[in-house]
Amino acid sequence: MILGIDTSLGTAVGIVDPDGAVRADRTSDNPLGHAEVIGDLLRHALADAAHGPIGQTATGEPVTLTHVAAGMGPGPFTGLRVGIAAARAFALARALPVVSVPSHDAAALEILLATALADPFADVPRFAVVTDARRREVAYSVYDGLDADGIPIRSMGPALALRTDIDGVLAGLGAERRDIATISASMLAVVGARAVAAGRELTGAEPLYLRAPDVTLPKSVTRPTGATS
Amino acid sequence: MSATEPLVLGIETSCDETGIGIVRGRTLLSNTIASSMDEHARYGGVVPEVAARAHLEALQPAIDAAVAEAGIALSDLDAVAVTSGPGLAGALMVGIGAAKALAVGLDTPLYAVNHLVGHIAADLLTGEDVEYPTVALLVSGGHTSLLLVRDLVSDVELLGETLDDAAGEAFDKIARILGLPYPGGPEIDRAAADGDPQAIRFPRGLSRASDMEAHRYDFSFSGLKTAVARWVEQAEAAGQSPAVADVAASFREAVVDVLVTKALDACARHNVPRLLLGGGVVANRRLRDFALARAADAGVTVRIPPLSLCTDNGAMIAVLAAELIASGRAPSHLAFGADSTLPVTEIQVAG
Ligand SMILES: [Zn+2]
Repeated sequence: MILGIDTSLGTAVGIVDPDGAVRADRTSDNPLGHAEVIGDLLRHALADAAHGPIGQTATGEPVTLTHVAAGMGPGPFTGLRVGIAAARAFALARALPVVSVPSHDAAALEILLATALADPFADVPRFAVVTDARRREVAYSVYDGLDADGIPIRSMGPALALRTDIDGVLAGLGAERRDIATISASMLAVVGARAVAAGRELTGAEPLYLRAPDVTLPKSVTRPTGATS
Repeated sequence: MSATEPLVLGIETSCDETGIGIVRGRTLLSNTIASSMDEHARYGGVVPEVAARAHLEALQPAIDAAVAEAGIALSDLDAVAVTSGPGLAGALMVGIGAAKALAVGLDTPLYAVNHLVGHIAADLLTGEDVEYPTVALLVSGGHTSLLLVRDLVSDVELLGETLDDAAGEAFDKIARILGLPYPGGPEIDRAAADGDPQAIRFPRGLSRASDMEAHRYDFSFSGLKTAVARWVEQAEAAGQSPAVADVAASFREAVVDVLVTKALDACARHNVPRLLLGGGVVANRRLRDFALARAADAGVTVRIPPLSLCTDNGAMIAVLAAELIASGRAPSHLAFGADSTLPVTEIQVAG
């Protein structure tokens, strides 16, 4: 089983079986408050998972986790870090490896699965996952279906664009715009499971910040001009 | 778990040090610190986003290193402890996210504690008998607080604190004025070595008789900062290069004097003949010497833990939680968040 944690938008914790059956999918409605809710979401997700796959009425089974999937963003940094820190610490506690997953990949998989369920033979047009990046910007990633490993093919991004420019950018890329407000942690875990099965690394250990740190210099008396040192 | 000697891992991420400490009761097993100070150097102060990024990077290796040094397994832990405030919110959240997941993953209780009270608790790790009540003076780049500690786990009172800059920040800013690098504390010290501390009489903030009613135990360093800047400016306007050694020594003397004078005043007024020093500025030798000399005259015993326990660290957070456990406190519930202005009276959060 894989535990997925994503705090790139809201706070989401999910647990899936290796075959993709969802054991737990807990989210917080609060777009902020990641640090406040992460502990209880984790605890509840673990309790949910012990009941067997969602939708089945099996009696309890042990929860045997093999990996922790961490949503690496992009997303507002302060919240994003809470989930990555939690994923890494939980993995340490249980001596599990961490799988880093771009959060947009989880959203893309959800879109692709929903499309396939609606019409298995339909062409999947190129689309872009678009999420809020604050400061009048959005983050976007462009996808072209699923690859042989069942992982969404990210042909571009994640990258930043001005909110006022994104439609033009996507028109130029021929990608349909899909605005995403929440990331499913169980979808993130599925992407993680598929990456593990395929022996692939989807992203590095560094969060997908997409921006250099905001460096507001401390307010200070400036050094008088010409002062010798 | 053992109520008297619990094995606790503490996580501290309130400023620019990622601290992981492991204690068994009052016995220190590891005090692992990863600092992002170097990354802040070119900005001349702690940049919150830079600090938060560094915490996330440092956490996992720091926990690994602490566990290895302590010679334990994480599964041996009786409890996890974390700083929930005061401090930089984004930095605190990294530690809180990790601490909660660690506690849930290990199925151990979690104690969310106050950073400032942690600085006081650090004294317990020196292995010496600690007596209360004590006055505590905590001075760092993040805080300048004067506290009266009657009981570590139940009764800590804020007597006063800085109204503007922390003393450590004042050192950083004066260093910049004098063209010295960051962090300012050691640089000012070096520059002051050959200076005359009596050369220039810089102001002692909030020390006038008229300040005594409302701000007897509060601190202010902005006036001092302005006075130093003006002095340097005037020297230059007069075509002289400022005597950096004298300015540094006189500035440092003004800071140290006001800190120690107020702390000993608190000891006298509350009839507490004990003073504990904590926080990174304790590294300043002049502060230690000045405090020891003046306290001896006043009949006050001064305690100064080793510097590694005075700067921000996880061991102080762990030992504070160990004390809370020993006194029978229930763990924190999991719904607490970061509180950048957590009052010192809240020793444990969400308990
Ligand atoms: Zn501190």
